[in-house]
Amino acid sequence: MTTLMPPVGGLLINPIKNGTVIDHITSGEALNVLKIIGITGTTTESVSVATNVSSGKIGRKDIVKIENRELRKEEMDRIALIAPRVSINIIRDYKVYAKGGVERPKFLLGVVRCPNPGCITNAHEPVSSRFEVLPNGLHCMYCDWLITNDITGHMI
Amino acid sequence: MKHIISIRDLDRQFIDELINHANHIASQHFNANSLSDKILALLFFEPSTRTRMSFEAAMARLGGTSISVGSIEASSMAKGETLADTIRVVSGYADAIVLRHPKEGAARLASEFASVPVINAGDGAGQHPSQTLLDLYTIQQSLPLDGIDVGMIGDLRYGRTAHSLAYALSLYRSRIHVISPKGLELPSALIGELRERGTEVVEHEHVEDIIKELDVLYVTRIQRERFPDSASYFDVSSSYKITTELLEGVRSHLIVLHPLPRVDEIEPEVDDLPYARYFEQSRNGVPVRMAMLQEVLK
Repeated sequence: MTTLMPPVGGLLINPIKNGTVIDHITSGEALNVLKIIGITGTTTESVSVATNVSSGKIGRKDIVKIENRELRKEEMDRIALIAPRVSINIIRDYKVYAKGGVERPKFLLGVVRCPNPGCITNAHEPVSSRFEVLPNGLHCMYCDWLITNDITGHMI
Repeated sequence: MKHIISIRDLDRQFIDELINHANHIASQHFNANSLSDKILALLFFEPSTRTRMSFEAAMARLGGTSISVGSIEASSMAKGETLADTIRVVSGYADAIVLRHPKEGAARLASEFASVPVINAGDGAGQHPSQTLLDLYTIQQSLPLDGIDVGMIGDLRYGRTAHSLAYALSLYRSRIHVISPKGLELPSALIGELRERGTEVVEHEHVEDIIKELDVLYVTRIQRERFPDSASYFDVSSSYKITTELLEGVRSHLIVLHPLPRVDEIEPEVDDLPYARYFEQSRNGVPVRMAMLQEVLK
């Protein structure tokens, strides 16, 4: 009988051949990151998630690895809203093809639905929502509503 | 093209110049035909008495013409037309549009689709910049706008005039004292923003605690529909009522303002006291709106 030994300083999840590794996600936000990039129980990508992993940089962090998918700029902008310190590694043939942080966008067009039921952007008008990204939240540029929490829950 | 959508878009220089302009107009220094070749469209999708009539009066005093949609039921909105389309169409009929609409942000949207200037005359619980400008104008008739103590009493949560005035006063070095029933306080996000802008905001439980130290008392209506039953409404509204007794011993230059209509938050006997300025405030809507129309149509 073979005894399985715990890994010593090794990786919790295996390297991927092609795809994206999202590292240094704010601890507890990994599932929201998956939601933002549209990964649900019915999508076909192979996804590995590690949560509350020790990190010298941010204490505890989450990591998401997605095989055979490279993130688009607008997906990275959305992730930056909830996890501004992430690093995104694009992997091709087991090598890091591109690596970089994300930047919080100054404005969001059509990304977040205004939670104010009285806001004109929730009426049947030919406009997209428009938010200004402030240090303390997202400011609706039509009705002045300020979203301070559950940003993922308001994403379109 | 100049739109007037939100007090947040206006800087102190613009407001001061507009108030000066309104002062000139009020002392009869204006050309009564300056807008004689202009047409103003009044698009009021909500009831209004003072705002609508004073814009019409302002346009008439400058020699201009006003057109309007009549009743909402008879308008294209009732047929399901978007505001964006209505604005594009009306832009072809008039030189400027004054809009009142039940949705917040409607005027901002209108300004994006209009090919003529848009003035916001109130959008839901949002902005009503012409009211704020006439509030500031009325204060400066008696007092400097800098360094004064302004008390705001009533429904400060839903009252859009209080929000806009508080924001505008943060452009000056005034202190704001807020007195409101539980649940109807000035929104904490706005208080935080005012404090970040360097404005002192002091919350008081009872108006009696602060009334003798105020230069301006801005009274707003407490709406009955905000309360679960009539009894709790009457309990609260009676403790926020401005009476002649309450005003005994106040600063001699105190002015009491109210955007009107009032229900019973100021007792009628107060009207005869020198502090009462709310009817003058309402009249001031005409010179201030004349200045606004000249500003956007120049």
